[in-house]
Amino acid sequence: MEESVVLTARGISMTFPGVKALEDVDFTLRKGEIHALMGENGAGKSTLIKCLTGINDFEAGEIHIDGIEGPVRNHSTKDAQDVGISTVYQEVNLCPNLSVAENLFIGREPLTKIKTVDRRQYYKRAAMLMDDLGIAVDVSQNLENYSLAVQQMVAIARAVDMECKVLILDEPTSSLDDEEVEKLFGLMRMLKNKGVGIIFVTHFLEQVYAVCDRITVLRNGKLVGEYKVEDLPRLKLVAAMMGKDFDDLAKIKSDTAGKRSDEVIISAQGLSHTGTVKPFDLDVHKGEVVGVGGLLGSGRSELVRTIYGADKANTGTLKVKGQEVKINQPIDAMNKGMGLLPDDRKAEGIIEDMSVKDNIILALQAKNGMFKLLSPAQQNEIADKYIDILSIKTPSRDTLVKQLSGGNQQKVILARWLATDPDFLILDEPTRGIDVGTKTEIQKLVLQLAEEGKSIMFISSEISEMIRTCSRMVIMRDGAKVGEIDEDLTEDHVMKVIAGGKENE
Amino acid sequence: MSNEKKSKESFLARIRKSPLFLPIIALILVMAVNIIHDAATGANPLGFFIIRLQNTTSNGTILYGRIIDILNRGSEAAILALGMTLVVSSSAGTDISVGSVMSLSASFCCMLLAGYGVSSTNELAVPLFVGILGGLLMGCVCGCFNGFLVAHLHIQPMVATLILYSAARAIGLLLCNDLIVYIRNGSYGIFGSFIGPIPTPFIITAICVCVLSIVLKKTALGLYIQSVGINSKASRIAGLNSKRIIFLTYVICGLFAGIAGIVNSSRITSADSNNIGLYLEMDAILAVALGGNSLGGGKFSLAGSIVGAYTIQAITTTLYALGVSTDQAPVFKAIIVIIIVAIQSPPIKAYLRKRNAAKEVARV
Repeated sequence: MEESVVLTARGISMTFPGVKALEDVDFTLRKGEIHALMGENGAGKSTLIKCLTGINDFEAGEIHIDGIEGPVRNHSTKDAQDVGISTVYQEVNLCPNLSVAENLFIGREPLTKIKTVDRRQYYKRAAMLMDDLGIAVDVSQNLENYSLAVQQMVAIARAVDMECKVLILDEPTSSLDDEEVEKLFGLMRMLKNKGVGIIFVTHFLEQVYAVCDRITVLRNGKLVGEYKVEDLPRLKLVAAMMGKDFDDLAKIKSDTAGKRSDEVIISAQGLSHTGTVKPFDLDVHKGEVVGVGGLLGSGRSELVRTIYGADKANTGTLKVKGQEVKINQPIDAMNKGMGLLPDDRKAEGIIEDMSVKDNIILALQAKNGMFKLLSPAQQNEIADKYIDILSIKTPSRDTLVKQLSGGNQQKVILARWLATDPDFLILDEPTRGIDVGTKTEIQKLVLQLAEEGKSIMFISSEISEMIRTCSRMVIMRDGAKVGEIDEDLTEDHVMKVIAGGKENE
Repeated sequence: MSNEKKSKESFLARIRKSPLFLPIIALILVMAVNIIHDAATGANPLGFFIIRLQNTTSNGTILYGRIIDILNRGSEAAILALGMTLVVSSSAGTDISVGSVMSLSASFCCMLLAGYGVSSTNELAVPLFVGILGGLLMGCVCGCFNGFLVAHLHIQPMVATLILYSAARAIGLLLCNDLIVYIRNGSYGIFGSFIGPIPTPFIITAICVCVLSIVLKKTALGLYIQSVGINSKASRIAGLNSKRIIFLTYVICGLFAGIAGIVNSSRITSADSNNIGLYLEMDAILAVALGGNSLGGGKFSLAGSIVGAYTIQAITTTLYALGVSTDQAPVFKAIIVIIIVAIQSPPIKAYLRKRNAAKEVARV
């Protein structure tokens, strides 16, 4: 082991049912460095972190930590803390109704000689710790009185005080504003100077270049490589994450490009949702497939959710087929012929304890209203029809949907929307976390639906999928629509627009 | 022959898998206790099941027997359990105000019938149906209040319904001018006595069950409620108005509480605010749980809840038949309930499944 290395992971492999989540991944963290762990959704970042922190039990490989003999295998976050690995997540896992000091020392309170809690020591040590880290707070105040950024810093302080050698920050900046992010970075740099190794997971490219020393990129559960920040400019990083060698740009042109119908189905003017999407204009024509590109967290999902009314628009107007409509909630959008397949299948898609049949008819039944119940025969017919068309693999239509595989669950939700016969269908990451065969099927289906005259909005983290299926792409960055590409729809062009900034940064 | 055996086994297996299997077993167990007790004391072992006609001075010829008694006395809990089942399913919470709402509905009904401030009347101040409708309306209003708090203000069901739990009885007393209002007009007593030989409360329960079952079967309400109860976020994206559906279940629950309140007050032909529906909300919640429904919301079985309600009444009646005094009955009731709930708990179910599987393996 090198002198300065604090953590090495070698050949880590891990399988979830049906998916190889990690395959032979190496990772090295040195003392006093901030190391970005990058990758697209499902690349294996969080799986790797969970292996380090003992939440996941990996199948093969070894983890070594400086100062500890032999391989380390953690079975719980407690184990991980004992060997010096602490994690701070996006959501702060502290108690908002306790004081800052109490949060710092929960479970390891300073004690007096007779084993009662030493109050005076408590606050003195807490104040000292916060002073040390340059965090200006009153430690006797309840945590909930402070901003999320400060709460996050308290979480970090707690981790640091437990003598951690490795600090994992899992998307800590997602809910912070610019100023708060800067404060957090200050704290990170200070810890770095004290010799703590920091693993930083984020979706924001600028932040990587602002604080990190090294970048490790994962893709589809495999290691792409470890780079020094100065060796990996923004554009190359995006290319590495998306799995396209930058010189190897396939010139795929979508067949449907240029054949745009004049009929405008959806027209948004200045639509926005406070805090997630800045005002945008967008027209969608009949029979076209519009892709929405951008990194995760760039506002892709939020854009389509605002159109659909899943997040109610705060400003702007929306016209459907030329008529201005007011959409307060999803059912209003559905009545105008829209449908949304949400990106989080488990949280917002499937009703897991209901049968495949009930899941398929749900949206149609909601549209029909409570008093026009589809007869059992109609229900069965619709369910069977879409099980057949989409070749959903299920023992029967009465099987609980939670018993199906991810890809088949996705098809069930797709069937739910197709059953409502929408004019405008939004598919948010329909291909995420499903097998390659199903991915291809879904892309074919998208093209087929467009040919039938339906308008589709298609979001995918895999640019190649969108290039193949879309006739036009909208690019999002930091919650704003930054561009539309309808000519020169190639991966390098798309990636350049996504990456933004100066090209050789 | 082996084929026959196989189909017989799968039939048994199918029964065992039915969600009603355990609730019904529990009810049968309670009945078995009666049989054993009767046999041991030398009485007719099947005395529990005997139903005969008996002449009474007040009601004429009526059906008589322990089963009839259970069906009669368990009516209020069964009616409440219907509404409670829907509330539990849609909001993963319980409406603990139903007992008090029963009392308030009954008080309002009797106040309308007797006129404000009158403590005893032979003449009805308003037509009977006006009083009844008023009582039912009061139940609905209470349901709206609860539903608004839960669905729109997102207050936890237990806390939201705690308000009427404590306030509704007091409001009832206020309406009745702190009196127990007696309605000495024979027509009011009909809801708590007998129509022909059959107890009216049982008939009312049967009507409630039928109406609700038909509504659930002929409209999409059941699908909506379960969908919202399982995943309200996904239901919203799929076009359901979760708030309105949760609100509706509380209104229905309030309506059933109103019905149960009028039945209970009709039994004693008076509005005794302090005693009508006392502790009955607990029986209703227990009925839902005994029926194998998860109090965590989602899927529900109406039949299970009804079986649960009558099981509770069967336990009470059995204890009295065994000569347990009224004071000690709750202790034994508690023990029996613990056993029934434990049998249905996931760890014990899993254990039984494992044992069955081991047996199968051993047989092969």
